[in-house]
Amino acid sequence: MSLQATSSQTVGPYFRIGLRWLNQDNLVGEGVSGERVTIQGRVFDGDGAPVRDAILEIWQANAHGKYNHPEDTQDKLLEPGFKGYGRIPANDEGMFRFATIKPGPVPGPQGKDQAPHLVVSVFMRGVLRRMVTRIYFPDDLHNASDFILNLVEPSRRSTLIAKKTASGPGALEWNVVLQGPDETVFFDMGL
Amino acid sequence: MFGPDIIAHKASDLTSQHSGEPLGERIVVSGCVLDENSRPLANTLIEIWQANAAGRYLHEWDQHEAPLDPNFTGCGQAVTDAEGRYRFITIRPGEYPWGNHYNAWRPAHIHFSLFGPAFATRLVTQMYFPGDQLLPFDPIFNSTADEKARNRLISVFDWESTIPETALGYRFDIILRGREATPMEE
Repeated sequence: MSLQATSSQTVGPYFRIGLRWLNQDNLVGEGVSGERVTIQGRVFDGDGAPVRDAILEIWQANAHGKYNHPEDTQDKLLEPGFKGYGRIPANDEGMFRFATIKPGPVPGPQGKDQAPHLVVSVFMRGVLRRMVTRIYFPDDLHNASDFILNLVEPSRRSTLIAKKTASGPGALEWNVVLQGPDETVFFDMGL
Repeated sequence: MFGPDIIAHKASDLTSQHSGEPLGERIVVSGCVLDENSRPLANTLIEIWQANAAGRYLHEWDQHEAPLDPNFTGCGQAVTDAEGRYRFITIRPGEYPWGNHYNAWRPAHIHFSLFGPAFATRLVTQMYFPGDQLLPFDPIFNSTADEKARNRLISVFDWESTIPETALGYRFDIILRGREATPMEE
């Protein structure tokens, strides 16, 4: 007999107090390999106004393409200094910033590797459930053949790909837009 | 992803996080975290947050004219054991007005956030109390359209977990979906 999953409900306006103990904007511990990146951006609503109380959660593989997770049985190197998890609050201007490494490719559908990417959950008040999206990396040759990116209509793929900034090597920008013509692509997780 | 070592001592007893006792009615909130096939989910991190007994959150945006309690923060964490069980000791949260519409009151509730065994099992929800007369009027409770699913957000009074002379017990079991989903497939 299959049980029915518990329903999602809104985080409400005060979720920051319950979640901030685990805030972490630097995912990179000691001795971690991989290309360092800093990703910063803002969360905007449909009118272009900043959303000032969102929280982002990041989930990603390490530089070898291995998740720090018991169900990842790939024969790849685990690094103790890298959990692949981050929780980043947006500030009053809707701005967030975190430091991590560019992950390696991970297995995807049809036996093909996926392009390096971060999975992002966005939590905010006024919505019933988390919103799930991805951050891909600029100029990565694997992007063109990525299964998930290719599910997205070409004109909207850029919402999933971070942009280089003038702030230096590894400095990337990626924004979350909730509605409107530049709306970020969010994935239906059947949640 | 997270083990029991991640949480602090007393993180699951919200009545003992300060020098004094918080005001209000002490309660035990406990239950099991299971997958859709009734298998217990061990090492599931649960985070909760809630209003105090007067219906006020310790958050700078909460301007409800009810007192803060210096002995109550209203936040806790627990990690499920090998049988998927968790247990919090806390204070029954107060109802509060929220200005959403005329005479709008939130029923008493506790916010729950859970990390399951996979990315797809991440869940945020709210737990309610049996017999709360405000439930039919609450658009947030009723945002879960399916009646059976909605009613399972209401905890049940639990004689077994009630501590004599000390605290009433409420049981709230949580089912996480997508046990089969690997982190790679989300």
